Amino acid sequence: MLPRQDLYEIRWHGRGGQGAVTAAKILADAAFRSGFPGVASAPSFGSERRGAPVTASTRLASAPVRLHSQVSAPDIVVVLDDTLLGVGNATAGLKPGGVLIVNTARPASAVAAPAGVRVVTADVSASAASAGLLVGGTPMVNTAILGTFAAATGLVTMESLREAVEAVFPPAAARRNYEAALAAQRATHG
Amino acid sequence: MSAPAGTSVLTGNEAAAIAARLARVQVVAAYPITPQSPVVETLSRWVDQGELRAEFVRVESEHSALTVCIAAATVGARTFTATSANGLAYMNEQVWWAAGARLPVVMCCVNRAMAAPWNVLNDQQDSMSVRDAGWVQLYCRDNQEILDATLQAFRIAERLHLPVMVCYDGFLLSHTSTPVTVPDAAAVDAFLPPGAPLTVVDLARPRNIGPVTLADPRADADGVLCHGYMELRALHQRALEEALDVIPEVERAFAGAFGRGRGGLVWSHLLDDAEVALVAAGSLAMEATVAAEALRAGGVRAGVLGIRAYRPFPSAAIRAALGGKRLAVVLDKAMSYGHEGPICSDVRGALLGSDAAPAVFGAVAGLGGREVAAPQIAETVRRAVRDHDGGARVRRAEWINLKLEGTP
Amino acid sequence: MGTKDCGHEISMSTPSAGEAGATGDWRTERPALDAGACLAVKQRKDACQLCWVYCPDVCIARGVPPAVDLSYCKGCGICAEVCPTGAIRMVADDEHAAPAAPGGARAAAGART
Repeated sequence: MLPRQDLYEIRWHGRGGQGAVTAAKILADAAFRSGFPGVASAPSFGSERRGAPVTASTRLASAPVRLHSQVSAPDIVVVLDDTLLGVGNATAGLKPGGVLIVNTARPASAVAAPAGVRVVTADVSASAASAGLLVGGTPMVNTAILGTFAAATGLVTMESLREAVEAVFPPAAARRNYEAALAAQRATHG
Repeated sequence: MSAPAGTSVLTGNEAAAIAARLARVQVVAAYPITPQSPVVETLSRWVDQGELRAEFVRVESEHSALTVCIAAATVGARTFTATSANGLAYMNEQVWWAAGARLPVVMCCVNRAMAAPWNVLNDQQDSMSVRDAGWVQLYCRDNQEILDATLQAFRIAERLHLPVMVCYDGFLLSHTSTPVTVPDAAAVDAFLPPGAPLTVVDLARPRNIGPVTLADPRADADGVLCHGYMELRALHQRALEEALDVIPEVERAFAGAFGRGRGGLVWSHLLDDAEVALVAAGSLAMEATVAAEALRAGGVRAGVLGIRAYRPFPSAAIRAALGGKRLAVVLDKAMSYGHEGPICSDVRGALLGSDAAPAVFGAVAGLGGREVAAPQIAETVRRAVRDHDGGARVRRAEWINLKLEGTP
Repeated sequence: MGTKDCGHEISMSTPSAGEAGATGDWRTERPALDAGACLAVKQRKDACQLCWVYCPDVCIARGVPPAVDLSYCKGCGICAEVCPTGAIRMVADDEHAAPAAPGGARAAAGART
């Protein structure tokens, strides 16, 4: 679990179409429901296209969030697609003592991370597939990975995640998404 | 999303759309443009699904969008539109028309940089470029204010017969999700009674509305001496001056009805005992509050003056807030090219001749979505304080986070 | 004295005769109607009246035949354009003796200027 602090900054890395922006927003909602007075989530700004690297950010705070600038020194980095670890600067600025959460079938020891950063992995793709969250044969991992986030950080409860997911999806889809998150939570290592 | 009453995590665009729906707008005409598009898409979907009983008029351009709103407002409908940047520019002559015709149109301007060159990201150039046209302009500091100010805009507009532009930062607010408390629909109905237009459309007694008006007053068919162009403009200006009282009055009424009052014309943070004031409008002013706290931790007594109403320009409130400060650093997210930042010019003008006026230095930030973070603002202010302490009273504006080598 | 009694805050006016002054003074041509070719006259009833419909200054009165108010007619020629039988032609303004018309300076001064 992370130490208590007034502001947690989270950066998300995915590819266009993987739902990183939605994940960031659901987390903000879940955190608000979990009791954070201040939350803010934002997409990376500008044009997007399917397959291109996308970032999003979430801020969780003990007071209303007043910052609108980019998250440059995140406490937590979430990577939805482990192929992004090799290409971009997914871990840029990640603070020592911070957490790197990666959707990968590889063990945590195989993931390169800055010094002092705790690496948490889960095969979120498999969790999503097991809950039937497939779009065109590809697992949709963005809600499932929130289960891993909850397990790794303790910043949101699974109950609040469920409510946040239900606020976004129709009932049947919400149930599948939440099951995926539960599966990912159980499959989290680190 | 329908967003029932209560607190939800919403984007700024969602907050704007919800306000328009709660206000029971009757006619919406808008053309999509990044970063405003979700507002239009949401309203269009609600009309289609029957969640908003309004006429949604599809138009081929922003000029037509505002024209439809002008026509609708002329016959007494409550009307709403939204745009950004080049879209606002495309409707420019109609922006002037709506104001001169004293029509209570409410428009959200989702602030974005003007082309050329093309840039879809945030700055305040678009709305600043029409500050002369005679609309009320309100700048929102966060998503809650977008919802609240848009609701208040309808009441201000219909009370004064003035169009109101509610401005909020593209992407930084429009696409960012934060908690927003959505009021109960019945309470909004009580807050926004129907308005009566100045125009009279009566088929039994037809009138010309907006005919050519000559330089001099002229007797009408009944022999009554009617206003010339200049008298009508004087009345327009007076209405905007009356807005200096009406905007805070509406804010107080809103606070009474909904339990939230956050400042009418201006707002402040740590300003009372500050020696250095940071002045800005929109989300930049909120970022500046974090900078001010960092400056204080480092020994500089800084505070923030947030401009909420930019037109009418709240000169008296600014003189009162900044009187006695040593230095004001005005942060503009726009330029009056060939001169300086617009807020900076207006602040200087308001302070000229007043007692205990601070020195005023300008800074330009965030053009075309250029990052401006609290630590950078704090550094800019430290440099300004250093130069002021060294005797500087006239100083070139700093362009924060500019990456042109060799530029001072 | 001022315009305080105007009662409007916007530019608005009631359409009425003479609202913009005696604009008949502006013309260089006027419409001349050949009653024999006019459809209303031939049918002896309130027929056609297209010149009345199209006159942009509303200075043609419906009638058998329609009548032009020369105090305000600016000589634009639209009535002649739209008349389906060509009963109206535009003539130089001083070709015919002006009939007595209220308020028109030209009419008062006679045919030649």
